[in-house]
Amino acid sequence: MDDGMISRRRLMASVAATGAVALVSGARQARAASVTVGIIYVGPRDDFGWNQSHAVAAEELKKVPGIEVVEEENVAETVAVQKTMESMIREDGASLILPTAFGYFDPFMLETARKFPDVQFRHAGGIWIDGKHPKNAGSYFGYLDQAHYVDGVAAGLSTMTGKLGFIGAKPITHVLHNINSFLLGARSVNPNVTVQVIFTGGWALPVREAEATNALVNAGCDVITCHVDSPKTLIQVAESRGVKTCGHDASQASLAPKGFITGAEYKWDTIYNGFATTLASGGTVPNVVRGGFDLGYVRNTPYGAGATPEAIKAADAARQRLVARAPIYVGPIKDNKGNVVVPAGTALDNYDVRTEDTDFLVDGVIGTVS
Amino acid sequence: MTATPISSAGTSRRASQGAGPSAAIVAPNWNGLIEPTQYIVVPLLAIAVSVVLFSILLLVLGKSPATFFQLLWRGGFADGFAVQNTLERAAPLIFAALCVAIPARMGMVVIAEGPLVLGGLASAAAALPCLHRLPPLLILGVMALAAVMAGGACIGFVGVLRVRRGVNETISSLLLSYIVIAVLNFLVEGPLRDPGSTTKPSTQPIGAENMIGMIPGTEVHWGIIIAFVLCAAAHLLIYRTTGGFGARVIGGNIRAALAQGLPVAKLTTGFCMVAGACAGLAGFFEVAAIHGQANSSLAVGFGFSAILVSFMARHDPLVIPVVAIAMGGIQAAGGLIQRHMHLPDASVQLLQGLLFVVLLASETLYGRLRVRQAFSQRSSTATGGGSSNPEPAVSPQERRA
Repeated sequence: MDDGMISRRRLMASVAATGAVALVSGARQARAASVTVGIIYVGPRDDFGWNQSHAVAAEELKKVPGIEVVEEENVAETVAVQKTMESMIREDGASLILPTAFGYFDPFMLETARKFPDVQFRHAGGIWIDGKHPKNAGSYFGYLDQAHYVDGVAAGLSTMTGKLGFIGAKPITHVLHNINSFLLGARSVNPNVTVQVIFTGGWALPVREAEATNALVNAGCDVITCHVDSPKTLIQVAESRGVKTCGHDASQASLAPKGFITGAEYKWDTIYNGFATTLASGGTVPNVVRGGFDLGYVRNTPYGAGATPEAIKAADAARQRLVARAPIYVGPIKDNKGNVVVPAGTALDNYDVRTEDTDFLVDGVIGTVS
Repeated sequence: MTATPISSAGTSRRASQGAGPSAAIVAPNWNGLIEPTQYIVVPLLAIAVSVVLFSILLLVLGKSPATFFQLLWRGGFADGFAVQNTLERAAPLIFAALCVAIPARMGMVVIAEGPLVLGGLASAAAALPCLHRLPPLLILGVMALAAVMAGGACIGFVGVLRVRRGVNETISSLLLSYIVIAVLNFLVEGPLRDPGSTTKPSTQPIGAENMIGMIPGTEVHWGIIIAFVLCAAAHLLIYRTTGGFGARVIGGNIRAALAQGLPVAKLTTGFCMVAGACAGLAGFFEVAAIHGQANSSLAVGFGFSAILVSFMARHDPLVIPVVAIAMGGIQAAGGLIQRHMHLPDASVQLLQGLLFVVLLASETLYGRLRVRQAFSQRSSTATGGGSSNPEPAVSPQERRA
């Protein structure tokens, strides 16, 4: 079903781009054909994780006629990224810059945006504030927690021990939000499930991630998922320990032929195609773009051998509900210290801005924020 | 001329000039020329060899070496933007490389990552209570002082461990860097975290008004000028002061230094502190001129790249800026090469690695260029003369290792 959506969207995007080009004059045509998008990664493009999720989208974007894509990987979150952005603008004529690491936003992207007011900058994950940040800057993000919720549903029906393990990089808002949604998904089908969390303290610490996986498996967890930059190592370790896994960011299905259930993946190409084709047709790119299943910004990895028919059925149903924007956070919800975070009788909309300020772990998650 | 040379490059250069006349008997013209110029000829030769090796690699990959080196020039040095890009990247490398080079005079190899990160963290932390209370220049002064003290304490501690407990300084400084990074992450994500930093935990920004500006007319911060000045100062410290002389004696032969009654413990600790302070300044400029706050981006490996820079400069403070700018240029061009040649980022790292290995390997050529020639000339006229090598081919540091 997802695949159908991809090709339809892609087709529509292509048609829109071709249509725009065909309609305008020759001079306009030349300019439309020269929309160059610069994408910057903090790590390698083939990391089975965050960077790969963007690189996959970049590959999709390259197929759109009239769009040029320039990419640079392993760019540190220092002045280096500022120079890379400037070089993409000067040397390659990039008119849209997409820096994809959190540390790129402030001050580097903001400063470059002030320097080049004619170039559009959109950041993955940062929070653009009107009036405070430059007009030609902005941010976009996919609500991956929705896909983690679906993962949780499948995991809740795949666990034998009722213990799920989650390896997080840092206790920051996005990570906490994903953990909470994963737990809520699992509890929606299996009310006694717990999620044990280990924070490694860094985005890319494969050794510590492997240790954490082993510790969680030793503690009885039989489904492992994560929010780190590259889940490669921990998925492989979990597979070798004979437990099931749910992925994160990009597809890790090939790493766990026996235990892979499904995964939470970004679908950045929906956003990127939208940006690029809007620019190509002379339109204005919105400053803030956020969305989940309903806008096609996230997806689940195709089910692996670890998913039972029962889990697949329930997960598909959960995704249908989310596509229809059913809220995940329905009260009463307490955090794991006993404080009420969503009162009974109320629900937090999936687009509620408060979800971007998550600083708690919900009841049922074993772990602490600090 | 019979005594063991005190230290590497600088001293042995003078010593070898003194040894010139005896060699001149064998081949007057050539040796007189090779001896003083070998410090230029050998590195150039090494660079040429690594360029050839790397070109072969590119050809195997089906890429054009000509395009590669053209882009290297364009991205690193060709115009104002490229040069500024290069200088901006070179600045932290120079500071951190000094942290490697100064202890190297005493035969020590330290890792500069720890003091750099600690310096940055200390300067950001020291700025917090001063914000909105002190004028910008004073805040910067407090920050710089904090960075210098923190960095100095870090490598000073490494020196003390070495002197008092005989702990290998490379291992202790490496392990200390891990501790420092853990402390940085703890503080930045905990007690010192600015609540506004949701996605990238950081300390509170010091504010644009308190930051170090750019050199007028450029986009390069003042750190690069300070770095050049510091290199000159380090040169004077090593070659023109009693302490520097003592340090070089320690590097040459620690037992001789002890026998002479040199304050080995004090000198070692003191020079280590000076070195750490240099790296601390790198952290200070990263915070005060680039980031405006401390976060995990302080630990991006400048302290490790600096080892490369210092070794390639043969630990000579006056050569460090040249090497650092070359490295900065390669890094600056890396992006252009990735984008235009569709090569992975690793290709630039590969070039750096090749340069490093070939340059280090070429160290053994110093002094031998002449020996070879002398040998070939003698073997054509007489026999058995080849063994009379008038100049030690191995530098004291290598001998020590």
